Amino acid sequence: MSTTVTEQSPRNRRHLVRGGVLHAVSIVVGATVLVPIAFGILGGFKDNGQLFANPFGLPKPWVPGNYLDALGSSAFWRQATNSLAVAIASTILVILVGAMAAYIFARYAFPGREVLFMVFAIGLMFPFAVAILPLFVLLREMNLLDNPLGVVLPQAAFGLPITIVILRSFFRGIPAEVEESAVLDGCGPFRFFWRILLPMSRPALGTVSVLAVVGSWNNYLLPLIVFNDAQWWTLPLGVQQFQSQYSADTARILAYVTLAMLPSLVCYAFAERQLISGLTSGIGKD
Amino acid sequence: MLTDERRPAPAQPEPPVEAGARRRRRPWSTVVVFLSPALVLFALLVLTPIAIAAYGSFFEWNGFGVPTAFVGLENFHRLLVDEIFVGDLRRALLLVVLSLCIQLPVSLALAMLLNQPLRGRRVYRMLFFAPYVLSEVVTAVLFTMIFSPNQGLANHITRLIGLGDLGATWLAEPDTVMYSLFLVISWKYFGFHTILYLAGRQGIPQELHDAAAIDGAGPWQAFRNITLPLLGPTIRISVFLSILGTIQLFDMIWVLTGGPIRSSETLAVTMFQEGFKRSHVGYASAISMAIFLISLTFGLLYQRFVLRRDLEGAITTIGDRR
Repeated sequence: MSTTVTEQSPRNRRHLVRGGVLHAVSIVVGATVLVPIAFGILGGFKDNGQLFANPFGLPKPWVPGNYLDALGSSAFWRQATNSLAVAIASTILVILVGAMAAYIFARYAFPGREVLFMVFAIGLMFPFAVAILPLFVLLREMNLLDNPLGVVLPQAAFGLPITIVILRSFFRGIPAEVEESAVLDGCGPFRFFWRILLPMSRPALGTVSVLAVVGSWNNYLLPLIVFNDAQWWTLPLGVQQFQSQYSADTARILAYVTLAMLPSLVCYAFAERQLISGLTSGIGKD
Repeated sequence: MLTDERRPAPAQPEPPVEAGARRRRRPWSTVVVFLSPALVLFALLVLTPIAIAAYGSFFEWNGFGVPTAFVGLENFHRLLVDEIFVGDLRRALLLVVLSLCIQLPVSLALAMLLNQPLRGRRVYRMLFFAPYVLSEVVTAVLFTMIFSPNQGLANHITRLIGLGDLGATWLAEPDTVMYSLFLVISWKYFGFHTILYLAGRQGIPQELHDAAAIDGAGPWQAFRNITLPLLGPTIRISVFLSILGTIQLFDMIWVLTGGPIRSSETLAVTMFQEGFKRSHVGYASAISMAIFLISLTFGLLYQRFVLRRDLEGAITTIGDRR
């Protein structure tokens, strides 16, 4: 590596070339990501004839009909509302229940604690797919089919491992003195948990909430078996159903898919940091 | 292990206090109250279903009532000679090999790229990761349209570069369907692995690379001898997640190739077909158990032998290490 000052200008040129190559690679990869998404967004503004003749370019003319139809249909809004309600309910439940357990695992010493924690941690390896069939049998026995609780409760249960694992390690980072002084001031465990621990843990709570919301919003398998009645359908079910219903009308499907993916992309734009820190927690810090 | 919780709170003496006088009283009632909601939820909706699947897998059962027709290991025996199940395993292996040999190395290279002082790298990073937030269903429907014979994009691209109508048959041909699937899976997940590697790379202290540069190491040498070894823990976790994800693949395949082409089925899809479409709940339970045992065996062996050295991090934190 040449570092002398006299070689400044060839080095600069090499830097420029290198930068150019790196940009070129990034742009190609970025385009690979972007083209299918753009195909969906723009395709929704075309009609099927245009899609056939002109799949790449901008719509000419722009045909907003497919979007307007989807936005005007009660089905779309109902599915979006259902998705949102299920996501919020699952998230609140998993955070509350998970944080309570994580508090105990982080702060209380009792025999069997590590074994119990391990049961939850191993739960990280339990895929939904393994449990889905018996879960269906169980939910049917509990009369929870075609009931939002039939999705909310299992989602919260399967979300517990990651929530507990992340929150426990965060809670442990909060100095014991905080709790000790709170207790000296007459603060019981509930008040401490609710008034001090949770507010202090906002970053970690943000991280696990984003994971829970995304997981719920994108879940397909569980709503598929629980919701038979179309009034409960969430967006992934709706999208899939829409596709089989209008299988010949590509442009219409593209419009619907675009509307379904928009909320995820918008949320991602806003909560990028939480999402990424949640997914990479534990990596890169020693 | 639950017996600890069931003891009446007042009768229980205080647990031995490790940290001496600094620790305050830790009444059992608090432990029970805070822990039981999670335990009940987890036991009822995660552990019980797995127990039901384990039990049901020894019966011929249509899913209604209590299983009665005990068949012993018959279901598992059937699995081993079931062409589709064995094919599932082969296909899972193919996807794993493709991911490890192509998707993850590419992700690693991109992470190294994003680690360079490049103008606009935040935008690139955000772009690469974007597909990860889309649901598998949305991704699958989008790509169904892209692979569609007439209006699809794939066909136009192959025609543009002189490959004829190749794109139309990507999802329809048993020979190519797995590769098309791999393409879509990579499209959705490469950004996730890139972000993992990037986080790992940024955790490596800059002094090491500075020192190597002073000692005359070139970029490749620095990568080979510093970055790669220190990225080991991250790479091992990324491999772990990739393999576990492949074993459990369902949504993408169900929507993308769905129905008749059994040549693209995975374990979870076969389980779904048998259990929900044909009411062979006993047999499907056996498939569930197979998925469970494969995931668990792989997971535990991997944790034991591969992640052993770097059990630091959310995904692998088991046990107390403070």
